[in-house]
Amino acid sequence: MILTPKIEVAGLNFYYGAHRVLEDINLRIQPNQVTALIGPSGCGKSTFIRSLNRMNDIVPGARVEGSICIDKQDIYAPSVDVVNLRRRVGMVFQKSNPFPKSIFDNVAYGLRINGMTSSREELRGRVEASLKAAALWDEVRDRLQTSALALSGGQQQRLCIARALAIEPEIVLMDEPASALDPIATQKIEELIYQLKSRYTIVIVTHNMQQAARVSDVTAFFWLGRLVECDRTNKLFTAPKEKLTEDYITGRFG
Amino acid sequence: MNRTTRRKALSSAFVGFCALSVLIALVPLALVLSFVVSQGIRAINVDFFTQMPKPVGEPGGGMANAIVGTLMLAGLGSLMAVPIGVLSGIYASEYAGTRIASLIRFAADTLNGVPSIVIGVLVYGIAVLPFKQFSALAGGIALGIMMIPIIARTTEELLLLVPGTMREGALALGATRARAVFTVVLPAALPGIITGIVLALARISGETAPLLFTAFNNRFFTTSLRQPISSLTVQVYTYASSPYADWQRQAWAGALVLVTIVLLCSILARVATRRLESMHAR
Ligand SMILES: Nc1ncnc2c1ncn2[C@@H]1O[C@H](COP(=O)(O)OP(=O)(O)O)[C@@H](O)[C@H]1O
Ligand SMILES: [Mg+2]
Repeated sequence: MILTPKIEVAGLNFYYGAHRVLEDINLRIQPNQVTALIGPSGCGKSTFIRSLNRMNDIVPGARVEGSICIDKQDIYAPSVDVVNLRRRVGMVFQKSNPFPKSIFDNVAYGLRINGMTSSREELRGRVEASLKAAALWDEVRDRLQTSALALSGGQQQRLCIARALAIEPEIVLMDEPASALDPIATQKIEELIYQLKSRYTIVIVTHNMQQAARVSDVTAFFWLGRLVECDRTNKLFTAPKEKLTEDYITGRFG
Repeated sequence: MNRTTRRKALSSAFVGFCALSVLIALVPLALVLSFVVSQGIRAINVDFFTQMPKPVGEPGGGMANAIVGTLMLAGLGSLMAVPIGVLSGIYASEYAGTRIASLIRFAADTLNGVPSIVIGVLVYGIAVLPFKQFSALAGGIALGIMMIPIIARTTEELLLLVPGTMREGALALGATRARAVFTVVLPAALPGIITGIVLALARISGETAPLLFTAFNNRFFTTSLRQPISSLTVQVYTYASSPYADWQRQAWAGALVLVTIVLLCSILARVATRRLESMHAR
């Protein structure tokens, strides 16, 4: 595999105040693949994924050492505009967080604030395309103007995916996107992830190892703030190199 | 008595006590309302809304000037207090935990506790004395100063209730912090903020003391900002404390109109809030 990595993390340390939660992380994430991050809760998965779009910037006392490059550009370099970065690196959160606006306005939000469409028709077209890409269009096509908060949990989460896709990011980060959903809604999200990877680079945090095995190409195992092992998913789950990984995936702890 | 019956008896006694307290609290409200309505309705007529006050001795006349005056003063107050109040509320919630935020909170709470007559005297000093003229503007400033802390505190508290995930959602889509606040966080809290503004309005439209030193009173109809202006409260105060039966009668009518304005405000706020909320959560 001689691909140029989409994301290259080198020597990453992360601190909340004096508390170090990520320790010397080195990881390459390939384009158009699904990379799953697994590990026991509190091991720093969320912190890691949130450092990829600098979402942690808003946490007081958060500090980063090392480098994270996207397309060879260090995203923590002083010249980088965070707003631009977040436009390229979309994010879907653990708890679905639709805005208290209509379904249409939710998807249109990013397009509007970034001035990405020049006409009403174009906006409508992009909203429709995004809802289709998130496999939600058929369920909401005739109630686009109703409140997004009336949707079911699974629909809300797909709406949040549509909202993230609308601004055409290159990378989509998902932090346990299905952890609050029932099995059927979860399955829909997983199918969606599978479809999306031809167009996006996807990084997904999950505490569910079966889910990681089902949706991802590559899996990275985190433990106590360290990256223990990262490999092709089928290899990591069948023949892990590290004893720790084996203990974890066989359920001996965590 | 065994434990269960004892506990049940205690519980019923407690519930009964609560119900009684509610009743006692409602009695004065009911009394005031029924008194104002029954007395006011007898004195109210079309003239009351369309006519100017008549000189002493001449029967009839109305409070057209005072009604317009009250609306103008409340409008002026809001014009000043809504932007300042909402913006300081936003600051206090956005920079919660900083020195300036706690300063804002402290200032608002203190200002809220200052007797309204003191605010009247203050505005008298800064907006009446220098111009040697009572004015509607001065009255509006006095009412505005009273509204600011109420609006600022409600705004702050309601913004803090908006889940942080909402803001993160906006930031993750490339919104700047200000953008996230004004397009997502503030709209999410808007129904509550509007209620807060209306409550502030209701509160100040019943004020008399600060107006005595600022807007004073005016027997004539005016909409000028630089002239003294009449208001329902001051007019009611003047008429109610006069020895003339006709004026006392009209004072009741004025009180009724005042109560109705406050009630209308509350209803309007409710409707607006419902509308917004159903837009948000249907
Ligand atoms: N905002 C924060 N401030 C301080 N500590 C935090 C914050 N967020 C997370 N942590 C700490 O960082 C560690 C990693 O948390 P997190 O990244 O959420 O783990 P995971 O997502 O794997 O469960 C935990 O010990 C957690 O308590
Ligand atoms: Mg987490």
